[in-house]
Amino acid sequence: MTELNQLIQNQGLALLGPQWWPLVWTLVWTLIKIILLITPVMILVSYYTLAERKVIGYMQVRYGPNRAGFWGILQPFADAIKLFCKETLIPQGAKRAVFFLAPALTLVPALLMWAVIPFSPELILADINVGILYVLAISSIGVYGVLMSGWSSNSRFAFLGSMRSAGQMISYEVSLGFTLIPVILLSGSLSLKDIVNAQQDMWNIIPLLPMFVIYFISGVAETNRSPFDLPEAEAELVAGYFTDYSAMSFGLFFLGEYANMILVCFLGSLMFLGGWLPPIGLLSFIPGIVWLAIKAGFLMFVFLWIRATFPRYRYDQLMRLGWKIFLPISLTWVFLTAVGLHLFGKV
Amino acid sequence: MLENYFPILLLLAVALATAVVMMAGSFLVGPKRNYAEKVAQYECGFAPLSRVRLPFDVRFYLLSILFVVFDIEAAFLFPWAVAFKDIGLTGLVEMLLFLMVLLVGYAYIWKKGALEWE
Repeated sequence: MTELNQLIQNQGLALLGPQWWPLVWTLVWTLIKIILLITPVMILVSYYTLAERKVIGYMQVRYGPNRAGFWGILQPFADAIKLFCKETLIPQGAKRAVFFLAPALTLVPALLMWAVIPFSPELILADINVGILYVLAISSIGVYGVLMSGWSSNSRFAFLGSMRSAGQMISYEVSLGFTLIPVILLSGSLSLKDIVNAQQDMWNIIPLLPMFVIYFISGVAETNRSPFDLPEAEAELVAGYFTDYSAMSFGLFFLGEYANMILVCFLGSLMFLGGWLPPIGLLSFIPGIVWLAIKAGFLMFVFLWIRATFPRYRYDQLMRLGWKIFLPISLTWVFLTAVGLHLFGKV
Repeated sequence: MLENYFPILLLLAVALATAVVMMAGSFLVGPKRNYAEKVAQYECGFAPLSRVRLPFDVRFYLLSILFVVFDIEAAFLFPWAVAFKDIGLTGLVEMLLFLMVLLVGYAYIWKKGALEWE
């Protein structure tokens, strides 16, 4: 018995002993970094919803939300509190476990992708050497959330919406993948940091302008945004795959979708617009993260601009655009980039 | 090398916890006043007429098969693109041949009308 006590005491001491401190310290430090990453992303998401309503409001000559706080500045918090306090309805005949797993499977990948986004050469949570591959891999998990929500909520609208949405997402994932190949060809690396550093002399958008256009349009389609918001075509499908969701389980879909939109903008600025690099060397006294924020912010504005401008596509038009126009063009450009790179050593 | 992935693992835990806390919290805070009409599936106010999980268009299957083909191609292109500077002309020609084979398949599915949605 005394031996056992001795053992426990030794083990207990060992657990708190100095040799464990570095590990505990790493854990705590990583947790702090994660919180410093997730909180701004969440705040950005909530203010992006306000920006969307304001921008579209002014484009349609109205004010947008302007009651909660000065200039509607508190509107996102009012929305969040309202959503949080609503009743969580479980539709009759729903598969409960899957029904509640689906929103989590939408939000979690959307947050996970942010781990490898470098905001400046130092500001990166997980500096892995296959960054872009990781983003593509995690982003494809999002389809499961969509399919599961449509299948489990026992509603015809949700089911049809999820089928459409999944079809759309996987179609555009193909051209999205192909548009990234020329970028990797130019930089010779899958790490997002190296990709930005390879753009010191010339941003990728100059040799790869068509790829950037296809990337951005595919990104809009991939996140089910207008004019490709067919899964939520309210005239025919009510709200698509989240028709039967309420309260915060709906909120998670919402957060996930907007986090994905912002991620597409950040990734686009990193891949094509030179990330944190200033447009001319003279302006390098402005910190890199400001440049990245300006570029991503502009792309985010374009997202809203597109929504306020274009009418919705039909599903056959959407599929034709993805498979018959984007796929051949991006494949051709992959080939042209490779040939140019081989013949001239650069593009 | 592997320790670079540790923050991702931790982020996964944090993100899962966020999702669970948000949903569970909302479930606990929100009111619970259920009755049959309220929890009935949404059908514009009508009683549902038929089963929900209807058979759906076979083209979705076709689409997913095409997706797998082209996505594997993309997955094949990624390492090729990274190693492009080292493998030189051989790599270029080999990838060209591979793309040609795929192009024949692509022309075939186009001709067969697998990409048509009307």
